[in-house]
Amino acid sequence: MLASMQTATPKIEVPQRKSEAPTTEDQRREAKVAVRDLDFFYGKSQALHGISLEIPERIVMAFIGPSGCGKSTFLRTLNRMNDVIPNTRAQGEVLIDGHDIYIAGTDVVELRRRVGMVFQKSNPFPKSIFENVAYGLRINRVTKSSSELSGRVEQALKDAALWEEVKDRLKSSALSLSGGQQQRLCIARALAIRPEVLLMDEPASALDPIATSKIEELIFDLKKHYTIVIVTHNMQQAARVSDQTAFFLLGKLIEVNTTEKMFTAPNERLTEDYITGRFG
Amino acid sequence: MMTTLTALCTFAAVGILLLILAYISWRGVGSLSFRFLIDSPRPVGEGGGIGNAILGSLVLLALASALGLPIGIGVGVYLSEIGSGRLAAGVRFITDTLTGIPSIVTGVFVYAIVVLPMKHFSALSGGIALALVMIPIVARTTEEMLNLVPHSLREGALALGAPQWRVTLGVVLPAAASGIATGAMLAIARVSGETAPLLFTAFGSRFFSYYLDQPIASLTVLIYNYAISPYDEWHAQAWAATLVLVTLILGINIVVRILTRRRF
Repeated sequence: MLASMQTATPKIEVPQRKSEAPTTEDQRREAKVAVRDLDFFYGKSQALHGISLEIPERIVMAFIGPSGCGKSTFLRTLNRMNDVIPNTRAQGEVLIDGHDIYIAGTDVVELRRRVGMVFQKSNPFPKSIFENVAYGLRINRVTKSSSELSGRVEQALKDAALWEEVKDRLKSSALSLSGGQQQRLCIARALAIRPEVLLMDEPASALDPIATSKIEELIFDLKKHYTIVIVTHNMQQAARVSDQTAFFLLGKLIEVNTTEKMFTAPNERLTEDYITGRFG
Repeated sequence: MMTTLTALCTFAAVGILLLILAYISWRGVGSLSFRFLIDSPRPVGEGGGIGNAILGSLVLLALASALGLPIGIGVGVYLSEIGSGRLAAGVRFITDTLTGIPSIVTGVFVYAIVVLPMKHFSALSGGIALALVMIPIVARTTEEMLNLVPHSLREGALALGAPQWRVTLGVVLPAAASGIATGAMLAIARVSGETAPLLFTAFGSRFFSYYLDQPIASLTVLIYNYAISPYDEWHAQAWAATLVLVTLILGINIVVRILTRRRF
């Protein structure tokens, strides 16, 4: 599985950049995503102020911060999902594998195939379980035969730890699944097209603790193959699943650090105040 | 108190509908026979049937649907998925105004722009007139149904790398399909009862007609002509034709319901 995926998505070599995140282990990896001086506007109001951040390959990075701090907005700039909101504008650079995704002529469809996304509220299509996972494969014409398609669907469902629960009812409606299952189906749907980066916008915020722990285990497994960026308002969750954590406040990036350091000895006073619950 | 009041209103509405159906059945069923359904009209006293009018109505409905449904749904998709700002607001206002235009006006208009240049009445002009009545209804119901599809569904498809048109065709329209079909069904049911737009367009015919450029019979115009005639036999046939028309509309409703039954 791992081997086949790596051949399927050849990485473009880019010169290694110095990472601001101060870990010895992660510094050796190249940055999968590098953001430089990113400003973002909803109409006239500025939602993001000069964000610069590097996300190394195959780690989990968590974005934390109070509601409205811009963490979801920032996440959505990474696959240009904000494009669908009228009157929005991004300034600055977002490099994925060294290529700026905001320059003119960028194929947004291709970008979103490489940078998958899972939303806060599970949003399965009103189709069968099978068709939900097959959707991305079909529209991107990934598979050549129906047996290959079923194989990829099965693999994606296994990767999302959902296969055992749904293998006997692939033809039934996705809406018949429970909330946690629906969210894992959405993850399977995103994984089916084998993105390189997976963006998760509070993927467990609407789920009960058991479903949440399943998603968290899943994230832990997935980082072997994917670069994962997760927005969460739950700091325990950030501490549990992530390798690095970025703290946002009022549209500014306050601190990026290893999760361990962030939750024990953060560099910034604001981070400490937030984490210890003094505000937020 | 509230329960009683609303129950009374409901009972009144349902009661009136049942009363209409019962009365039409009672008046119409006497003249109904298999022969009546397939025969063409004959002179007074010789019986005859409404077969040509049934066929004509179906032809007109098919024509109107073929023209009106795609255009109406297209406008609805534009309003919901693509258009924005002043242009969309303008289109919305115009479709709302069109919905309110009396259908006789549509009939006269189509007479002027289709019938006069062609120099004769035709099934085609009748179909166009009915389509014009359908388009605004279908457009607005389609738009409303599409607006009910959660935005998150569109984002989900976009995030998988689907281009806008595939999101609309593959996810949004199917998700709203049963609602749109209900709207289409209502529009078809509405125009199948229209008489005024057909008076100067399809005109009516006493024979079976298979040509779109020739006048064609329809149940509504036949009912109108028979009802204002001085003959008791034609009055009875008008009642029977009314029963057939109502059954036809009911049939369309049931068929569409079955076809668009929610599978997911």
